Amino acid sequence: MKIMQISIFLENRKGRLHEVTSLLGNNKINIRALNIAETGDFGVMRLVVDKPQEALALLKSKNFVASTTDIVAIEVADKPGGLAEVLKTITDNNVNIEYMYGFVEKRSDQALLVFRFDNADNAVAALKQNGIKIVTESEIKSL
Amino acid sequence: MIFNEKIECMGREELKNLQSERLKKLVAYIYDNNPVYRKKLDQHGIGPASVKSIDDIVNLPFTTKEDMRDNYPFKLFSRPVSEISEIHVSSGTTGNPTVVGYTKDDLDLWSEVVARAIACAGGVPGDMIQIAYGYGLFTGGLGLHYGALKLGCTILPMSSGQTKRQLKLMTDFQPRILCCTPSYTLYMLDEAREMGLDPRASSWKIGIFGAEPWSDTMRTEIEQAWNMLATDIYGLSEITGPGVSQECAHKCGMHICSDVFYPEVIDSVTGNAMPEGEYGELVFTTLTKQGIPLLRYRTRDIVSINYEQCVCGRTSPRMSKVRGRTDDMIIVRGINVFPSQIEHVLLGIEGVQPHYQLIVERSVGGLDDLEIQVEIEEPFFSDEIKVLENLKQKIAREMESVLGINAKIRFVEPKTIQRSEGKAKRVIDKRTL
Repeated sequence: MKIMQISIFLENRKGRLHEVTSLLGNNKINIRALNIAETGDFGVMRLVVDKPQEALALLKSKNFVASTTDIVAIEVADKPGGLAEVLKTITDNNVNIEYMYGFVEKRSDQALLVFRFDNADNAVAALKQNGIKIVTESEIKSL
Repeated sequence: MIFNEKIECMGREELKNLQSERLKKLVAYIYDNNPVYRKKLDQHGIGPASVKSIDDIVNLPFTTKEDMRDNYPFKLFSRPVSEISEIHVSSGTTGNPTVVGYTKDDLDLWSEVVARAIACAGGVPGDMIQIAYGYGLFTGGLGLHYGALKLGCTILPMSSGQTKRQLKLMTDFQPRILCCTPSYTLYMLDEAREMGLDPRASSWKIGIFGAEPWSDTMRTEIEQAWNMLATDIYGLSEITGPGVSQECAHKCGMHICSDVFYPEVIDSVTGNAMPEGEYGELVFTTLTKQGIPLLRYRTRDIVSINYEQCVCGRTSPRMSKVRGRTDDMIIVRGINVFPSQIEHVLLGIEGVQPHYQLIVERSVGGLDDLEIQVEIEEPFFSDEIKVLENLKQKIAREMESVLGINAKIRFVEPKTIQRSEGKAKRVIDKRTL
């Protein structure tokens, strides 16, 4: 139920983001979700892509520092209170969110969000119990 | 004034005789009192009887920074620690710092050479002297202090920092002499203007500046801005600290106290003497020290020496400004920084590889900034910013405790640090001196 996210270290310098995205694009890798965390002199780019293994190998071959993290993608009703409902389940089960971000596209009337939990397994179990839809890796590919 | 006219204006032949006598005594003294040196001299087949004159010095073995490190802390001392009056410590190449010990006589010697230096710069008894070099393990503050005491100056022992206070007391007390690093004078300039002071109206008429490299351009800048004479002082703790040599008002090289610190200029590769007047590595033998006398200590500073008599009347040899180093040591805010120290710290932090580069820049304010760029690598890369920030702070803390100065840590992507012929370029010095 967990999805592989790729994190990339980026120096805060002109054109670097373009270099990463064009590298992926030229190799027919599609970005599904994306988030950038930044500090004064560097940033971490986090990506969910359709072909994570391929993307990882490609980035490493180009000397990018990249690693993978297990994250959970969740369907959230695209209506007022939709996200709050999901977060309640997570909070009630004592799981912490390290960070979260949204998908580039959405499915029908559902928004897709990506979560990095401190305990992904507990989070998945709790979400399932509460009937919250978790998006699988193969579903991401077919988006 | 010339503080010790008999010595400082001695004819070359007479000086040579004095140096010869002192060298003979020195070799016998070290041979009898220091087991490390005795072993080394034995290995070179040299005993006290081998030295007949100062010219025989070329047969003596060199002493290096590594010898200081390997014999940490006291094994190069020729006196028991109980007979040492004062200890000073400066940063070493890796791990162990450099430790020197002064007997009472050594402190007298140090006072003497610094008194000569202050007088050489134009100081006279009764002058008020503001000492803004750091007091403590660093030799700058106390060295100038002892010399000023010996010469008979009124001492304002400020130590470094507290710029506003430095300027206030200068305005209120009107000291004539200022001692600090040259870059600090430029730093103080901005502060003075902010405080509404006119730097050209300052009471300082003579500056004794050293402990870091500076250029003639910077000298002109300081002299014009503060309306003062800016002179250069040289020294290193291994030899005694400041006072090894000092410029006179004619600013044509630093007068070396060669009656006590015998200088040689060698080819740093072959170890042979360079022809007179040519640039090479400066080597010193401490002819009269007792606590930690050193034979042919390699300073790694590249200079040339002029033996002509100076217009000021002194016959002492004059050394040029330090043109460079034979190693990659850099001096930042008066502190010695060795790339190997950085490497050592990085190796001690789990997951971090010692791929780094030092960038030194002189900020607009005049002080030097040190940035350490560390290449980020997978073992310590994280998708979480806080993990990376914590690591950065950890590196910064460790660097500060080892180097003794604040450095900015910057993570960079792998392979961004220039590598030439497989060897990484570790230091980029952007200071224009």
